[in-house]
Amino acid sequence: MNEEVIAILVLWTFIFIYSIFGSIDFGSGFWAMVYHEHRTSAGKIANRFLSPTWEITNVFLVLLVVAFVGFFPKGAFTLGTVLLIPVSLILFLLAIRSAFMVFSYSVQGYRKTMFFISGICGVLIPALLITVLPVSQGGYISGFNGRDVLLIGKLFTSPSLYMYILFGLTSELFLSSLFLADYSKVSKQEGAYRLYRGNALLLGPLTLIAAMVTLMVLQPEANWLIDNLYDQRMWFILSFLAFLVGYGCLWLKNSEMDTAGKPRLALLAIVAQYGFASYGYGMAHLPYIVYPGLTIYDAFTAKETFYSLMIMYAVGLAILTPGFYVFWRLFLKDKRYLQQE
Amino acid sequence: MDTVVLARAFFGTSLAFHIIFATLGVGIPLMIVIAEILHQVKNDNDYAIMAKRWTKAFAVLLGVAIPSGTIVGVQLSLLWPGFMEIVGKVISLPFQIELFAFFIEALFMSIYVYAADRLPKFFRIISVILVAFGAVASAILITAVNTWMNTPDGFKIAKDGTIFDVNPWDAFFNPSFISSAFHVSVTAYMTGAFAVASIGAYKLLRGKLSKNESVYHKKGFLLAMIVGLVFSLVSSFSGHHSAQILHEHSPEKLAAAEGLFETQRYAPLAIGGFTDPKTEEVKYGIEIPWMLSWLAAGKFDTKVKGLYEFPRETWPPFYVHTLFNVMVGIGFLLLGLAAVALFFWWYYGKRKKRPYPRWLLFLLIFSGPLSMLGIEFGWIFSCSGRQPWTIYRVQTTAEAATQSQNLAPLFLLFIGLYVMLGVLTILILTSYFKRNPVSKEFEKYSGY
Ligand code: HDD
Ligand code: HEM
Ligand code: HEM
Repeated sequence: MNEEVIAILVLWTFIFIYSIFGSIDFGSGFWAMVYHEHRTSAGKIANRFLSPTWEITNVFLVLLVVAFVGFFPKGAFTLGTVLLIPVSLILFLLAIRSAFMVFSYSVQGYRKTMFFISGICGVLIPALLITVLPVSQGGYISGFNGRDVLLIGKLFTSPSLYMYILFGLTSELFLSSLFLADYSKVSKQEGAYRLYRGNALLLGPLTLIAAMVTLMVLQPEANWLIDNLYDQRMWFILSFLAFLVGYGCLWLKNSEMDTAGKPRLALLAIVAQYGFASYGYGMAHLPYIVYPGLTIYDAFTAKETFYSLMIMYAVGLAILTPGFYVFWRLFLKDKRYLQQE
Repeated sequence: MDTVVLARAFFGTSLAFHIIFATLGVGIPLMIVIAEILHQVKNDNDYAIMAKRWTKAFAVLLGVAIPSGTIVGVQLSLLWPGFMEIVGKVISLPFQIELFAFFIEALFMSIYVYAADRLPKFFRIISVILVAFGAVASAILITAVNTWMNTPDGFKIAKDGTIFDVNPWDAFFNPSFISSAFHVSVTAYMTGAFAVASIGAYKLLRGKLSKNESVYHKKGFLLAMIVGLVFSLVSSFSGHHSAQILHEHSPEKLAAAEGLFETQRYAPLAIGGFTDPKTEEVKYGIEIPWMLSWLAAGKFDTKVKGLYEFPRETWPPFYVHTLFNVMVGIGFLLLGLAAVALFFWWYYGKRKKRPYPRWLLFLLIFSGPLSMLGIEFGWIFSCSGRQPWTIYRVQTTAEAATQSQNLAPLFLLFIGLYVMLGVLTILILTSYFKRNPVSKEFEKYSGY
């Protein structure tokens, strides 16, 4: 394996991790809004998870950008130029959301506004984030190399974009429902558990349908991708099997509650499902970062920088792991936090 | 306005906004650490209350520091793609390490805020120390990138712009890194201390305090003044060192800062006034003979380069003279103010047992905002004084800038955002502390 491929693998791993955590984070914001005044504790549970974790998730987002710039500077150049407007909008929404998260913690009066803002942003931000995918497949950028511009009109009138968004949103809500089902179970909140499990049961199949339709409406410029995806079909078959396993786990016997399901297992299987699919998708996308003008080889950083970055990742991970462990113990496991009133 | 000017204005505005919260985000955690430690050492609950209240304020400020930082971080790629292309190859290392610092800060901040009641005392202090460490580390690391722009190192560039022979660590430890990183950190500590002092001075001046409250505010005020004095002293020395680095590595910047046109030995220091572009000299300033040469390298016969030494197209804008003067002026003003304030504290409080002079409290209310102004002017000086270069003698600002059009509406949108966040922050802080006055804390406070 050459350096470029290692770099894209590391980057893709970060993207994958962020897409899972980001889905759970933004999805929780959405559910906290929807169930704000629900008779079960579903809204509270979502919020209890969100309060200490959103900052960490936000750091992951920044990590993505920084890793991208470090590994593929030319890619940052192209995407930075082209995505000025959508990314600025994301930043704008993120800023409002984060600020209100913190403000509401300090001043009770802002709670309602916060739920609303964070819930709406929880839908809009992922929808904007996913526009990167169709753009990277080609057909929406004109004037390569000279001066790149995004064909905003074409992008926002293309059915392909909306199918991507639909796929992104159903996935986000599916993953976050599953996660919150598990979190409710650990917190021993049966009402909330039942609710989130039901959501997951409904959303799971919807994500599959959305994925199929997305592939069908891809614009002609992306034919290269379809061919490549077909070559990677092994991964998609694995992914589908993982889905069946995960979905099945929601029907297993639950030893602690009346409602069926082993949500922890289900969540793991579904994460594997997305893992396989992302890997297949990523492989199919190679070697292009942006089709057809920019490959990982054109965009790659200086070798020396690459190696020092890799060393720093190893060191950083070693330093941070205990911190993450303590964090997990305190907020995702500690009964005193989970089962407070 | 053309795109480059717009991009500069846009980015400068975003940074000027971020830096307010970022600086307090570095300065206040130090105060919290000191309060937590004093609480343990002196076994005095007032310090625990201080730590708790400052943490509250800090959490709110962090809630703006993080998104505004995310904005500037991503905007670098959006507005300066040409610059980031080189950054990615040469100096992405500190950016990368900075993220670990962010993780540390964010992790332990959540732990300190949301899990304090479930933690043993010892671990609580460790958490808050790690928060402070993460904050200052992130400041130092981002400064590494900025200093590299001022004194680039660790790579070679061919005629066609290809970058080769990269050494990321040399880029990191570029010639101005140590001095600037130190200056940035101590000025942030100084600003955190004066921000606290401002509030203490305001409370004491306004009066209507119960005995407990008055004792509480006096302790906080005294602590802040001591920390402020120490760090303003260190700041002035470290600023002096930064100026010597300018003399060595960015002579145009120093020349512009001083409004010096002719290269000369026994160069004078020009204080105040402004640089007149027509006559090419400093008007209405006070000149101290020989002083600049002495400051630049410790000898009166040091030769200091003037602007005529360099091609006109590479002169920094003349207004940096004013920016520099204001920063330095604020530094000495606050140093003096803190010294006087502490002297009176001792003289009136311990010796004469007379009330503290009110005019002094009144002046001290301005110490926090002034210190913040120093930070703003210092940064604008550093960034504008580098013009027309983004990377000194490697890449001009025009080459670095984006070619996208439609910046103007986005700029307006973000100005609106900053105004809104700024106003909300003030509202939230005042309404929180109004509803939870210190007196309430005393009531419910019965130790940990
Ligand atoms: C409270 C804020 C504050 C105060 C009182 C001072 N400074 Fe400062 N100064 C900064 C805040 C600052 C800063 C915001 O932190 C800067 C901007 C860029 C940097 O590296 O630090 C800075 C930069 C900066 C630079 C430019 C470094 C560069 O561009 O590479 C010089 C030469 C000085 N300072 C010198 C001084 C001197 C001689 C001071 C005398 C008291 C002083 N500063 C007080
Ligand atoms: C010297 C100037 C600066 C100082 C002292 C500073 C300091 C800080 C601090 C203390 C935070 C909050 C950290 C946290 O808890 O996450 C922060 C956030 C951030 N800053 Fe700055 N910053 C400075 C300039 C910049 C610049 C120029 C950039 C961009 C290139 C930047 C990028 C960021 C980012 C991306 C975040 C958010 C990280 C997150 O998601 O937590 N900062 N900064
Ligand atoms: C430490 C981190 C910082 C980095 C890495 C950084 C980087 C940059 C870059 C890339 C530019 C655009 C290119 C250029 O004009 O040279 C710039 C310009 C600018 N920055 Fe900084 N900056 C930092 C801190 C700050 C802070 C904290 C402020 C404000 C208080 C600031 C104020 C400005 C201004 C006003 C400009 C426009 C300069 C002009 O056009 O005259 N910078 N900076």
